[in-house]
Formats: sequence, C-alpha cells, structure tokens
Amino acid sequence: MSAFTLIDADRVVAVEARVAGGQVLLEPGSLKDALGWEYHDGQLCSDAMCIPIAAESALVHDGGIELDAFARALDRPLAVDVEERAAYLGASARERAQALASQHAPDFTLPDLAGRSHSLSEQRGKKILLVAWASW
Amino acid sequence: MITVALDKTADDARPWIEKAQPTHPTLIDTRHVLADLYNVVNVPTIFWIDERGRIVRPNDVAFGADTFKHITGLESARHLGALRAWVSGERPALTAEDVRRHQPLPSEADQQARAEFGLGQWLWAQGRTEAAERHFVRGGELAPHDFTIRRGTMPMRGIDPMGPQFREMVQAWAGAGQPYYRPLPDTGGSAS
Repeated sequence: MSAFTLIDADRVVAVEARVAGGQVLLEPGSLKDALGWEYHDGQLCSDAMCIPIAAESALVHDGGIELDAFARALDRPLAVDVEERAAYLGASARERAQALASQHAPDFTLPDLAGRSHSLSEQRGKKILLVAWASW
Repeated sequence: MITVALDKTADDARPWIEKAQPTHPTLIDTRHVLADLYNVVNVPTIFWIDERGRIVRPNDVAFGADTFKHITGLESARHLGALRAWVSGERPALTAEDVRRHQPLPSEADQQARAEFGLGQWLWAQGRTEAAERHFVRGGELAPHDFTIRRGTMPMRGIDPMGPQFREMVQAWAGAGQPYYRPLPDTGGSAS
C-alpha cells in the first residue's frame, strides 16, 4: 500500500491504497479514517447509516476495499486516474435530482475576489436573482 | 442578486467584476460547486429564488445587455421586464408546477461528467495539465451538452474559448439539431 489521493467535494485526503489490475484497493483502516466508512459483516457503515452489501466478493479483494465498488454502493460517481494515483468521488445523481425536484434552492458557500466567504442562506428573506456566468 | 463566476481562477473573473463595481456578492467558483448543485450546463444561467428560499424560476438563459444579441438571438429586455415585475410584486413568478416542469434534473452521466471535471480541475491545480486534459475530455464526452465542461475547461487546456475550436464545437452541436442556449419557453401569463 502507498499514498493515493481521494477528493470528496472540498476534502482532499491521502489514503493508503494499491492498484491491481486497473482497480484501486483501499486499505480498510484508511477508508474509516479518511471517509468515515467501515465494512463488517456484510454491511458498509458510517456514523449515520449502514448499507447492506449483497456480494462481499465485489467489495473486498485481498484485504482491500475496491474503490469503484465502494462508490457504487454509495450510489456516487467516481473518476479515477490510476497513473496520477488520484480519484474524485462526485455527488449522486439521485441525491441532486431529489434536491432540485423539492424546489428548495440548495445552499452553497463560495469566496468573493477578496477570499471572503458568502452563503446563499445569508440572503434569506429577500428575492434573489442568482446568476452563473464566466469570463469564457 | 448574487453572481457566481465559473472560472479557472479568481483573476479570470476579476476585470469584469472590478469594472462593474457591484454592491452584491460576486463569487468565484473554480470547482463548479454551483454547476453541481443546480445542474448548470452553460453560462449565463439564471435562477429566481424567493424570500423563503424556493426556486421560482429554474435554469433560464438571460443576458444583462444586448451585446451578443446578434449571435444569441436573446433579448435582455424579456428577462429584465419579467424580473422587474416579479420583484415589484406586479406579477408572480412561475407556479410550482411550471417550476417542476421546467427544472432540468441531472442524469448519472451528468454527475459522472462532473466527477471527471472535479478530478481534472484538481489535477490542473496541481500542475498536472496533461492528466487533467484526459478527464476534461472524458467529461465532455459523457455530457456533450455541458458547456461548463466542454467550453469552460478550454482555458485550462490552452484553447481559446472564443476561437476556432469553440466555433467548430458549436457548429457541430447546432448541426446535430441541438441548441447551444436553452432558455425557458414563454409559459404565458406569469412567466412571459
């Protein structure tokens, strides 16, 4: 096992992993420390919830957790670069679609030019025109 | 009003923001957080959000001026008029049913494309430009309608986002019968 970078939204964590046959295998302790998930007795568990794993053989190989299968179990997209030893866990389409379908404007916090953070929720009580633009 | 620039660095957006001397928050979104949360696939994309934090006009295309009207065919007055009428209380926004009907929801391919963008953007920020390119290209293949990826990453790939490669891309897209901008249709009454 050696260092591998896992990016989960704004969190960038170094995990222990090895690459075998194009698959990324995470050291189980790393999965818990970095992402807060643990596999035991047919379940993948975090503090908040447990997900039953139908076939352990699809998730656990040679004492490692297959990153791709882990992302699938969480219903999240995964982009991997084996050469660069880095992967990005994206947001579930179902979760994003449900949030938008609820018509509640998702909150976000982003910096301005001076690096000061602003959140949409600070503007609650006003009518907001939200504009996405770019210099390109 | 809140503006969010989907640019590779704050300095790319800075000249426009400084010239406008805005009094509203003008935010920088290098990681496309907004695109991911609101399923934004091109710019400009606008939303109306009411006092209770509800989306009352989903993903629409509106320009603040008519600078590009000869290219886009979109008049700024249409949206500005509707916006003024909503803000002054003269006319309501879209009904909840219209919002639901017009709200585009992301597919699994859209979110996979955004994960590829996320990895590419991180690699680019690490100076791994060649590796980043692979993921930007892959993202564009997965979600060919997502121009925040296809065009928005051009500056990170050393491609002029206003140049021949952009024009070729738009021509191919339009040639396949696909619109580059997807404004909301006039829904009549409140939304017109």
